[in-house]
Amino acid sequence: MSGRSGGWNGWGGWDRLAWCISITTLVLLVLPVRTTASLGGDVSSVQTDQVRVKAALMRVTSSDRFTVHEMRAATGTTVREYVSSSGRVFGVAWQGPTLPDLRQVLGTYFDAYVQAAEAAQKKRLGRGPIRIEQSTFVVEQSGHPRAFVGRAYVPQFIPAGISIETIQ
Amino acid sequence: MPLKLLSLAILGTLVLNPECGTTPPSTNIVAAPAQNVQPITVNAGPANNYANGLFTSVTICVPGSTSNCQTIDGVLVDTGSSGLRVLSSVLTLTLPQQVANGNPVVECNQFLDGFTWGPVQVADVAMAGERASAIPIQVIGSSGFPAIPDSCSSSGPSENTLDALGANGVLGVGLFLQDCGPACAVSGESNPGLYYTCSASSCQPTVESLGQQLQNPVSRFTTDHNGIIIELPTVSPLGAPSLGGSLVFGIGTQANNALGSAALFTVDVQGNFTTVYQGQSYGGSFLDTGSNGIYFLDSRTTGLALCSDAADFYCPATPQAMSATHRGANGTTGNVAFGVANADTLLANLSLSVFSLLAGPNPGSFDWGLPFFFGRNVFTAIESQSTPMGFGPYWAY
Repeated sequence: MSGRSGGWNGWGGWDRLAWCISITTLVLLVLPVRTTASLGGDVSSVQTDQVRVKAALMRVTSSDRFTVHEMRAATGTTVREYVSSSGRVFGVAWQGPTLPDLRQVLGTYFDAYVQAAEAAQKKRLGRGPIRIEQSTFVVEQSGHPRAFVGRAYVPQFIPAGISIETIQ
Repeated sequence: MPLKLLSLAILGTLVLNPECGTTPPSTNIVAAPAQNVQPITVNAGPANNYANGLFTSVTICVPGSTSNCQTIDGVLVDTGSSGLRVLSSVLTLTLPQQVANGNPVVECNQFLDGFTWGPVQVADVAMAGERASAIPIQVIGSSGFPAIPDSCSSSGPSENTLDALGANGVLGVGLFLQDCGPACAVSGESNPGLYYTCSASSCQPTVESLGQQLQNPVSRFTTDHNGIIIELPTVSPLGAPSLGGSLVFGIGTQANNALGSAALFTVDVQGNFTTVYQGQSYGGSFLDTGSNGIYFLDSRTTGLALCSDAADFYCPATPQAMSATHRGANGTTGNVAFGVANADTLLANLSLSVFSLLAGPNPGSFDWGLPFFFGRNVFTAIESQSTPMGFGPYWAY
């Protein structure tokens, strides 16, 4: 598994879990990928769209419960998508000097995220890490310009027994 | 409520009294106003809704003019970014517009909590006795430019008004020379496309050379241009309505900005260092006057309860004394004592805006926001600039 250089602290959460990951597939691909499935979307239907998401698929790692698709854009921003065994993207995580295209990554949750973030601005107490928690999704962002880290997940889609700390 | 105030007072005594075992913040000297010293204030800001907001006034002039100027107050002092941005709604001057290939240059700048969209224009920027001549700045929210491109609005919510931004502008005086840096100055797919040229109908991402990007204004002063010192005194742990301090320009260039016994912490290419907490190392840590609290880890790791009404802050039943260690990329370490009090209690008093014990979660890392700066003189050395203790970028305190 790739280590993380900043933001979320490595893969410590894995050690605390009782279950064991069996890596059944490890594929290293370097393919230009124009788009990818979004949070909550179905990975089996890759949509072509015109949004400028140009990323190389770096690796796909599978366990018996979920698959992680890791993509790195030429800008240096990395996105990981966590896909359940039924093909649904239950979590996404990103890090890099600039943000990924959140409209693409958050999919149908993007508009609700922006609305909730704007509401939070109006209650402005100041700036710090972002945490948007709605009944259907959670978005967390941290860092600063040149070093952004974030993740989003749909609680209802997280496979049984998988900790939120897996998504990073 | 009185019991909670008593607890805060006790914590304040614990934190400040070395005989109780916790290391108090240094007794720092805040420089008096001078040619290289700009007054700064922690208060609720121009929208009157900020907690731990650090603000100053910035004088902007049409390039080369000393009369065609405007002093804008309520500008957020931000060591987490580089470059000056001001709200179009506040700016009364008409500044030269930067153009590329005959079209105006407009920037989509990403902050953590949203983006600012607005043209790049050129101004002289002055504070105290220092002046940066003809530097690119961003004028946020100007009308007259095509609608915000999707590639910009996909960054999140906009911050193009006082309501959304919480300030009349942002003074980025951080570690870097430009806001974007080399990434925006090259062509090809590695360019994140933060800068655009806009025709009458549409905007396209453009290559923006380093010299054309927003500049860290301090780096363009004629003197005292290698960094800054944020100097804020200690403050009552119960909170305060406001707090005055100094933004000192230059490191080791005047009698009032010597490094003295400050320890020097270098950073990685992203401007981050490591925090060690209870034996665990957390990379991706950073100092940031633009963050309004000490944001770290999570409830389970720290043992601090989240506030029931706002999961953005910690609400321990009683104030807690904490400690951690900073470790620079150069291996320098330094212990840091800090405290966390119940955010609901602190923020309940609407007449206060300065809180040294305001903290919240930040999974996996440490965002050392404004409370870290109370009672310390913190040096920020700008990349590639020479200082008596070596080249920036680094933090020192």
